[in-house]
Amino acid sequence: MKLIYSRPKSLKKAVFHYCPGCGHSVAHRLICEVIDEMGLQEKTLGIPPPGCSVFAYNYFDVDMAESAHGRGAAVATGVKRAYPEIVVFTYQGDGDLAGIGTAETIHAANRGENITTIFINNAVYGMTGGQMAPTTLCGMKTTTTPYGRDHLLEGHPIKMSEILALLEGVAYIERVAVNSPSNIRKTKKAIAKAFQMQLDKRGFSMVEILSPCPTNWKMSSVQAWKWVDEEMAKVFPLGVFKDVTEKKDAD
Amino acid sequence: MDGNSAIGEAAIRAGCRCYFGYPITPQNELTEYMAMHLSRKKGCAFVQAESELAAINMVYGASLVGARAMTSSSSPGISLKQEGISYLAACELPAVIVNMQRGGPGLGSISAAQSDYFQATRGGGHGDYRTIVLGPSSVQELADLTMRAFELADKYKIPVIILGDGVLGQMMEPVEFKKEAPAELPIRENSLRGATGRPSKIVKTFTSNPSELEEINWSLFRRYTLIKKQETTCETFMVDDARLVVIAFGIAARIAKGAIKTARAEGLKIGLLRPITLWPFPEEQVKEVAKTTGQFLVFEMNMGQMIEDVQLALAGQGEVAFYGRPGGVIPAPSEVARVITRLYYQKGLK
Amino acid sequence: MLIKTLIAGFGGQGVLSMGLNLAEAAMLEGKNVTYLPAYGAEVRGGTANCTVAISDDEIASPVASSPEFVVAMNQPSAVKFQHHIQSGGLFFLNSSLVEVEILRGDIEIVRVAANKIAEELGSPKAANMVMLGALTRKSGLVELASMIETLKRIMGAKKKLVDVNEKALKTGYDLF
Ligand SMILES: Cc1ncc(C[n+]2csc(CCOP(=O)(O)OP(=O)(O)O)c2C)c(N)n1
Ligand code: SF4
Repeated sequence: MKLIYSRPKSLKKAVFHYCPGCGHSVAHRLICEVIDEMGLQEKTLGIPPPGCSVFAYNYFDVDMAESAHGRGAAVATGVKRAYPEIVVFTYQGDGDLAGIGTAETIHAANRGENITTIFINNAVYGMTGGQMAPTTLCGMKTTTTPYGRDHLLEGHPIKMSEILALLEGVAYIERVAVNSPSNIRKTKKAIAKAFQMQLDKRGFSMVEILSPCPTNWKMSSVQAWKWVDEEMAKVFPLGVFKDVTEKKDAD
Repeated sequence: MDGNSAIGEAAIRAGCRCYFGYPITPQNELTEYMAMHLSRKKGCAFVQAESELAAINMVYGASLVGARAMTSSSSPGISLKQEGISYLAACELPAVIVNMQRGGPGLGSISAAQSDYFQATRGGGHGDYRTIVLGPSSVQELADLTMRAFELADKYKIPVIILGDGVLGQMMEPVEFKKEAPAELPIRENSLRGATGRPSKIVKTFTSNPSELEEINWSLFRRYTLIKKQETTCETFMVDDARLVVIAFGIAARIAKGAIKTARAEGLKIGLLRPITLWPFPEEQVKEVAKTTGQFLVFEMNMGQMIEDVQLALAGQGEVAFYGRPGGVIPAPSEVARVITRLYYQKGLK
Repeated sequence: MLIKTLIAGFGGQGVLSMGLNLAEAAMLEGKNVTYLPAYGAEVRGGTANCTVAISDDEIASPVASSPEFVVAMNQPSAVKFQHHIQSGGLFFLNSSLVEVEILRGDIEIVRVAANKIAEELGSPKAANMVMLGALTRKSGLVELASMIETLKRIMGAKKKLVDVNEKALKTGYDLF
């Protein structure tokens, strides 16, 4: 009999603490599958953030080192510069990467740090209880935008993939989602490609994952999955924003 | 009302119209309260900043133009704010900063702790300065001290820190709001609102002349001496006949008080001294109590920080023991009662 | 006299509003009260709990290491909190959802089929109020009348909602 489903080797046997329907669980699993398939379990260092994924080190069976809020890219820079043989990835939420850590992220990308970033965009601060994130959609009500996000006061949702794609140091950026089987397959491919970029020393690679947060969106899991397609993906279109390997083919 | 919201309401009643914050547990209710009441209102400002670093600098800006401004956070975020607090102190700008402490070091835990006492009472950032530090121990006191904080900040042109903790922020208790600031506060002198009808002004901290900076430091410390003289406060409970006095602040003092009542019921003569201003520390009051009591127990939810101030105040007088639980562990009053009772018998006070 | 009550269950079962209701009712009766919800990472994954302390004297700590009364609205809470209850205390179990065996002989167990009763009343969401009614009766912490008055204060103008909850509360109260 063919084995069609098993726990990835680099995923620890532990029950996720995430809420039901949360995108973090899926993203964790996909990263582990990629690490397994590329044979990287023993060479990888993961850097989880403060956020709902603060306990990510309980799930990934690879080396993991927590960073301070928003400083993942800086920590990864230090790691990779000091020990280039390691495969390093940061795992960051939208508050982490696009709020408090914008400076670190942009400058690491601009320096072309040879690191991989997994960016979980769930349009809210999950861990702290559903406050506005830099990626919160206009009109969306959160606990700190009780009247809905108003772009005149709070700005528009920030599009990190688009912004970072402008930087010379960036090798690969793709935005994906984990809200349907086909999207999940694409997400896995993107993560694999991002890690490959690092192995090939091409520079900064990032996969932005649109990820449901049913708890803070106050929706059922199914509603949340739908909402990703119907609302979120309109503001954050899926697709590849930069791929230096493609560019090479062109010239 | 929960403690965090009580601070928010008290701040607004004290005339605070500008709040800048960044989410962190266990103080989010305060940020959310301010979002609800200050956003989209004329003359008010609420900004969820991109980081605590940004938030404290927004406070700095608001204070420059004369606003009563506040920011709040919990331990890891307060570390980030230290740079801004140093600048506020240097420029003699009033501001209120709330720290609902959690366990540390690092990301620590979100449970209540008192491990930022040193950071708060020694200035916290770089340079030679102090901030006024208030240590509330109930939701009512969170409200009262918030109002007092704004007054002190303006009166002495100094940043004031409210050093609470996760439990105080999260718990609900009945609270009464005592007074209300006038709807229109007078514009603070020295506000930088444009040089109309006066020569332009500069607010700066950098100087290439050390003796100029030395004069600034001296003048800061002259003011600090005045604050020490005029604003030091503490609460004492049953110290008159006490043979052992517990010294504790904030939530720990509250737990200690419960323990002391239990011990008193069993005939042990124990009292409590609770500093309300942590800086300035009530040295004189501690000395006063030492005239009648020779044995002290300092109880803190850390590994021993305030105890150094107690020892400095006592200057070798009396004996000081310590009991502490770090990391966000909240000891029960019965546990503290056991500690007190044991010490009482060990020292032959019975 | 200081008495602490811990109420736990799934998020969405209304355990926090049970605690709030109890706390405000006690406040109405002029007692000292503290209410402390569990917060942060603990509540990810969908569980919630809160502690209410009621006393005639000042309350030293809002935290309960060994509460007199524990309400478990779901199975995980029953497992987690059964060992915390003070000897001689009361353990309120929502028997509609709790199947686990309780291993302690030194506490009284009060079983209330809260969900089943609420469904029979035609308002499945009011299971928390059924339990709260039972707690009010068996614990004697506050008067039923204070509970009802608090309910009205919290729910305000929504008369229908008040009626449904009041009925559930009374039904729970009359069980014992
Ligand atoms: C300096 C500092 N400030 C604030 C916090 C509190 N905090 C923890 S996680 C978080 C944001 C979480 O949001 P996001 O990055 O979007 O991740 P999610 O929880 O949604 O997965 C914040 C503000 C912190 N840990 N450190
Ligand atoms: S709060 Fe949102 S992001 Fe956090 S675990 Fe729950 S669903 Fe996931």
